[in-house]
Amino acid sequence: MSRDARIGALLAVLAAALIALPLAANSYLLSVATLVLYFAYTGQAWNVMMGFAGQLSLGHALYVGLGAYAAAALFTQFGIGPWAGMWLAMALCVAAGVAIGFLAFRFGISGVYFALLTIAFAEFTRIGFDHIGWLGGPGGLFLKVEAHKTADLANLRGGQTMFYYVMLALASGAFALCAGLLKSRAGYYWRAIREDEEAARALGINTFRWKLLAVAISAAMTSLAGVFFAFYYNNLFPEQIFHISQSIEIILGPIVGGVGTLFGPILGAAMLTTLADALNNLVAAMGWDIPGVKQVFYGVILLLVVMFVPNGIWPPIAKWLGLGRGS
Amino acid sequence: MSASLIANVVIAGVLTGLVYGLMALGLSVIFGVVRVVNFAHGEMMTIAMYAAVLLFGAFKLDPLLAALPVAALFFGLGYALQAGLINPFITRPEHSQFILLVAVATILTNVLLMVFGPDARNVQTDYMLDSWAIGQVLFDKARVFSALAALATAAGLFAFFRYSRTGTAIRACADSHLGALIVGLNVKHLYALTFGLGAACVAVAGCMMTLLVEVTPSVGPGYTLLGFVIVIVGGLGSMPGALLGGVLIGVSEALAGLFIDPSAKSMFSFGLLILVLLLRPQGLLGRRP
Amino acid sequence: MALLEVRALSKSFRGLRAVSGASFDVPEGGLVALIGPNGAGKTTIFNMAAGVYSPDEGQIAFGGRRIDGLRPHQICAAGIGRTFQIVKPFAGLSVLDNVIVGALQREPGVPGARARALGILDRLGLAAKQDLPASSLTLPDRKRLEVARALATGPRLLLLDEVMAGLRPTECDQMVAVFRELNRGGLTILLIEHVMRAVMALAQQVVVLHHGEIIARGAPAEVVRDPAVLECYLGEDTEV
Repeated sequence: MSRDARIGALLAVLAAALIALPLAANSYLLSVATLVLYFAYTGQAWNVMMGFAGQLSLGHALYVGLGAYAAAALFTQFGIGPWAGMWLAMALCVAAGVAIGFLAFRFGISGVYFALLTIAFAEFTRIGFDHIGWLGGPGGLFLKVEAHKTADLANLRGGQTMFYYVMLALASGAFALCAGLLKSRAGYYWRAIREDEEAARALGINTFRWKLLAVAISAAMTSLAGVFFAFYYNNLFPEQIFHISQSIEIILGPIVGGVGTLFGPILGAAMLTTLADALNNLVAAMGWDIPGVKQVFYGVILLLVVMFVPNGIWPPIAKWLGLGRGS
Repeated sequence: MSASLIANVVIAGVLTGLVYGLMALGLSVIFGVVRVVNFAHGEMMTIAMYAAVLLFGAFKLDPLLAALPVAALFFGLGYALQAGLINPFITRPEHSQFILLVAVATILTNVLLMVFGPDARNVQTDYMLDSWAIGQVLFDKARVFSALAALATAAGLFAFFRYSRTGTAIRACADSHLGALIVGLNVKHLYALTFGLGAACVAVAGCMMTLLVEVTPSVGPGYTLLGFVIVIVGGLGSMPGALLGGVLIGVSEALAGLFIDPSAKSMFSFGLLILVLLLRPQGLLGRRP
Repeated sequence: MALLEVRALSKSFRGLRAVSGASFDVPEGGLVALIGPNGAGKTTIFNMAAGVYSPDEGQIAFGGRRIDGLRPHQICAAGIGRTFQIVKPFAGLSVLDNVIVGALQREPGVPGARARALGILDRLGLAAKQDLPASSLTLPDRKRLEVARALATGPRLLLLDEVMAGLRPTECDQMVAVFRELNRGGLTILLIEHVMRAVMALAQQVVVLHHGEIIARGAPAEVVRDPAVLECYLGEDTEV
């Protein structure tokens, strides 16, 4: 079977399994699966900026938070549903991302300095939102949760199954988008910029504009995760949603799975989320109530991956599956 | 808003700022020489704070005195961390190093959480509530002692780098890694030594800090970021810059707390970081990156 | 009107005058070599032509249009391609993908760019290695890749910066053959070189730089006998 046919078969099997999952799984398992898809999605979005264009962002929680608050505020203040609200969320995040990117690239900020800049913006916003009274401040912003007989897709009110399918659609969409981008001019140009920006410029690439585009797309995609977050969890706290631990959780999937690859973020998210969940259950079953175990686990995995498998676990797996130099 | 109130706030800010400066000095020394962005710096500070709290709880040992053994311990641990874990990463891309230290930081913060729990701990020495008065202006004893200790440590470090053979060798490494290798310096050992010294600075700063604030496991990231703000404002690779930056941040945070909202004071610091990164990334006293 | 016209070009770096009042032409279809001791200002002139620096004084015209002060990607769009003294391949990409990046400058879509890239790889003898990662190539092949990538952008003028450095004599002769053929096909070439073997084999005109100033110009045979050139660069006993 040719390589493309093998990839196609793999995808088809995966798709079928994911679509059929709610039939076989209980509500708890579905919630874990939803979380996996959430992190696969955000990981994919972050990957566009880092894996494709080579810009390290450690402040992606900014976009999750802005997207969440934008959609939630429209809903609680004006009754505007998420399908309309998401456009404001995206616009806001694209503006924020482009502003940060513009300032950074204009002044030649890159590498570690750029990462610090993204952290600073996220932290700045976190503390700022603590002081925005009409959005709830530190006490949080809450969406009304009512029991629904049937799923109200228009307002994203419904049961676990509905949210699962929404997240599945988002994650699949992200996958398809990234696959398309990789094969396009954007994909070539971004990877060139990532490898050697000066050489890319000598080949006619306006690196400033293309880097900004990567930031914009990444921010827009991440904002939708924020919208989902708001309507799924129904409560938003600046301390939590803009926090640096959120940003770190977003990057774990792609780093463990393989930065710059298509399957990496998905694989990484799947592995980390399920293992972390199992660990939590194990600890609870033993009767211990120790906060922080999950984070230590994440830290150790991150450490091991960056030390021994720096390109992520997907490339060797891809090779073993005969899919060539993992993509 | 009286003049003496403002004076008190500024003085408190300067004294606290010197302790911040010492912490940032550790970060600056590490980055200036080893060129590693120590994202776990704040967590190291937090561990030092807990060490001081524990020593006080067990032996009634004043943090000013505890600073010595804790610094020695941290020197060893810092040396081991650099030689053992970080050294292979010197030649790896920047983001790899960064992520390595993010991982270390995450582990440290959460191990602290697991061991000590989320509740705040602190130290209660006799002089913590005393102050000296000169006219209407107050000098908190705890702050003065801490600031003096910070200055003494910094002075010791300056002297080491300026006058000792090893210090000169380390400065050579900082200027040129390849050159140092060619001349036959044991760069790996010198890097580890530098990291150890940076860690020792953090240890002293952490012990001092327990006289001023209480400690929880989650204060780490805040200090890391504060350290970066100071180092970038003062100038990466500049030792006086770190102290100057520390004082500046200490004073501006104190004033921001007075005139704006106390909880918004770190927002001010982040805003300053953003401005400096964009307009003058080499900071006040640093070299161009 | 020459394809590239450099007029009274000057550039200083922190008080050090790297280039001073340089003027020369590169005729359309010509092949000109820029030679001189290290630090003479050759790469600085290149970098000004390629848009990396703006000149302090003087101007550069390409096809009658002023290009000094344009940024690198605009220079490429205008029709000037360049290679780097220390090669800069896109290490994580395949040989073919490297050239596709260049080809996308002229082709609107990826399939077209791919076809164009394949053609160029073929001309430079790299077709068999198209799927290999660029990081796995030997130095001569990396140099060829660098040239292929620049060619893919469809330039009228190619700037080659010490492309023979590090090559053995046979490899050098192979590169010379490639450039001769490209030049015969109509490509204008301006090259910086220390390897006199290549300069003598290729150049129609040689321009000699010393301390930022042009001290000699003319046909290769004349320039190598010029006493000023011999004194500052080639040495009295030079045989070429």
